[in-house]
Amino acid sequence: MSKAILYDSTLCVGCRQCEEACSTRWKLPYNEKIAAEEKISSHKLTTIRTFGEKFSRKLCMHCQDPACASVCPVAALQKTAAGPVVYDEDRCMGCRYCMVACPFQVPTYEWEARLPKVRKCDMCSDRVPGGGVTRCSEACGYGATITGNRDELIAEARKRIAEKPKEYHPKIYGVEEVGGTSVLVLSSVPFEQIGYNTKVIKSALPALTWNALQHVPDVVVMGSVLMGGIHWISHRKEAVARKEGRS
Amino acid sequence: MTNALRSYFWRGLFAVIMVVAAYATFVRFYYGLGASTNLSDQFPWGIWVGFDVLCGVGLAAGGFTLAAIVHIFNLKSYHAVVRPAILTAFLGYLLVTVALMFDLGRPYRVWHPLIMWNPRSVMFEVGWCVTLYTSVLFLEFLPMVLEKLGLVKAHRILKNVMLPIIILGVILSTLHQSSLGSVFLILPTKLHPLWYSPLLPVLFYVSAIATGLAMTIFESWHSAKAFGRQLEFPLVQRMTRVLAVVIAVYLTMRFLDLYHRGALATLNNPGWERWLFGLEIVLMGVPMLMFFRERTRENPQAIYVGTVLFLLGFVTHRLNVSVTGLEASSGVHYVPKWTEISVTLAMVAFGFFVFRTAAHYLPVFEAEEHEPVPEVPVLEDRAYAHSLARGD
Repeated sequence: MSKAILYDSTLCVGCRQCEEACSTRWKLPYNEKIAAEEKISSHKLTTIRTFGEKFSRKLCMHCQDPACASVCPVAALQKTAAGPVVYDEDRCMGCRYCMVACPFQVPTYEWEARLPKVRKCDMCSDRVPGGGVTRCSEACGYGATITGNRDELIAEARKRIAEKPKEYHPKIYGVEEVGGTSVLVLSSVPFEQIGYNTKVIKSALPALTWNALQHVPDVVVMGSVLMGGIHWISHRKEAVARKEGRS
Repeated sequence: MTNALRSYFWRGLFAVIMVVAAYATFVRFYYGLGASTNLSDQFPWGIWVGFDVLCGVGLAAGGFTLAAIVHIFNLKSYHAVVRPAILTAFLGYLLVTVALMFDLGRPYRVWHPLIMWNPRSVMFEVGWCVTLYTSVLFLEFLPMVLEKLGLVKAHRILKNVMLPIIILGVILSTLHQSSLGSVFLILPTKLHPLWYSPLLPVLFYVSAIATGLAMTIFESWHSAKAFGRQLEFPLVQRMTRVLAVVIAVYLTMRFLDLYHRGALATLNNPGWERWLFGLEIVLMGVPMLMFFRERTRENPQAIYVGTVLFLLGFVTHRLNVSVTGLEASSGVHYVPKWTEISVTLAMVAFGFFVFRTAAHYLPVFEAEEHEPVPEVPVLEDRAYAHSLARGD
């Protein structure tokens, strides 16, 4: 059963307890200055963003079929069956293709380090697969962030929209986006108004590269036959001439 | 300027570029990518990827293009330029590898893709192809060294296995030259519609072939200058014609693709993307038109100018795909830091230097039998130039 996070921005009061809990889990410093930085970075893996009276949360979306995992040349990023997209820093060579490929601009880099690594939320992969909840869910005193099974959370989100249609925008962000994500978002306003990218395509991104990449074996076989053939034809004239003593 | 003065100027410039780059290298490896680049979480790839790697691999495409023309298609008249093309390619790939060391966050793990597989990754495929192809280029380059050292037996053994090596080289090149375009297929909404296309791999492949030819013409001109050799002028003219056709094919495909995707409408949008697009098209279209004119093909200077324009157009396209076309969606403005520019300049300068040195000491330009022609045929003498153009 695949796990997910449901973030209901209508319940969020912007207290930033989730940020602090996350920093504690990663042993990262957290203070007022960092709290004021409303963007994720290698020292802040989730953030609350303020849009007037409204709040939104940014964290790794844990795509069902993540672009980052598909592009990584060393398979340092993996989508686990339990839901989290995890990163193995011992494999990473630092090409940063994951950062380029991510449709949500999530993976961040330790730019100041001499031997840097990628940093991103891993959905508390030490807890969630065993049935636990993420630190951010645990820290949230308002029920704005909860952890659960993905289909149950989708059902729960639909129920909330149905019960209070006036308070919710009728869509769940993360059901269709890039083929589905393991972070689901509810909002009272259209998602682009609180900082979510609604221009992402509705199908999984890795299919786009696979369309090209799947032809590699065929190119190898066809190319060999074609070039062997051309070589044979283009050199035969000469060979015949030589045999007939014409050259 | 006298020759001696000019020579001092270039040596001085080369020395300055290298000294600055040495300091830039120290900054890069001691203080890290943050201190040595203007890259950020929003803009993780800059000119080290966009120019040094993407353009570098393209500019080295002459190796497989000429190897295919001469050894597979058996067009013997191109024989005189196959070695310089292979040398450029070999040096080009080595330089790309060096440049990659600057860009990778942990360069000492560059070999990881060889044992840690992810066959779904374009970068994984490119990594394998480039590794294998650099080895192939080494084998294709080796005869020049063996000849120089007089190792006849080794030379003969190598010659006997050269055909499969060359076919392998052409296949590996086809794969990774196109895959460098596939790298950007994962960015349907991030890359500007003037550059994002499902055809990117094909466009990259065709433009690489054109660039392989253009670089070969470029080298012929420079080596003629540098070594006082006679330019293989009829051959250069022939390559110019082929180049014109390949550019025409490329531009037709480019515009058909833009038309079918409805991307031409974005030219009405404000912003500098349309100007960069215009620049790219002009820098490719103008040399194409030039090369189709007989007057241009009779004039080595004009051919050289056209070739340089085309190479700049090629570089503009690759930088548009990998850098500038990604700016709008990133939300930041990226201008390379001096360290980034310095390292890139050093790669180019070092490439010129090593090519010259190798061409000086190795039998790169074989004593081919061809008609002696004046280095610069006089324009007035059109009849003579005609006979050159026709003659093989």
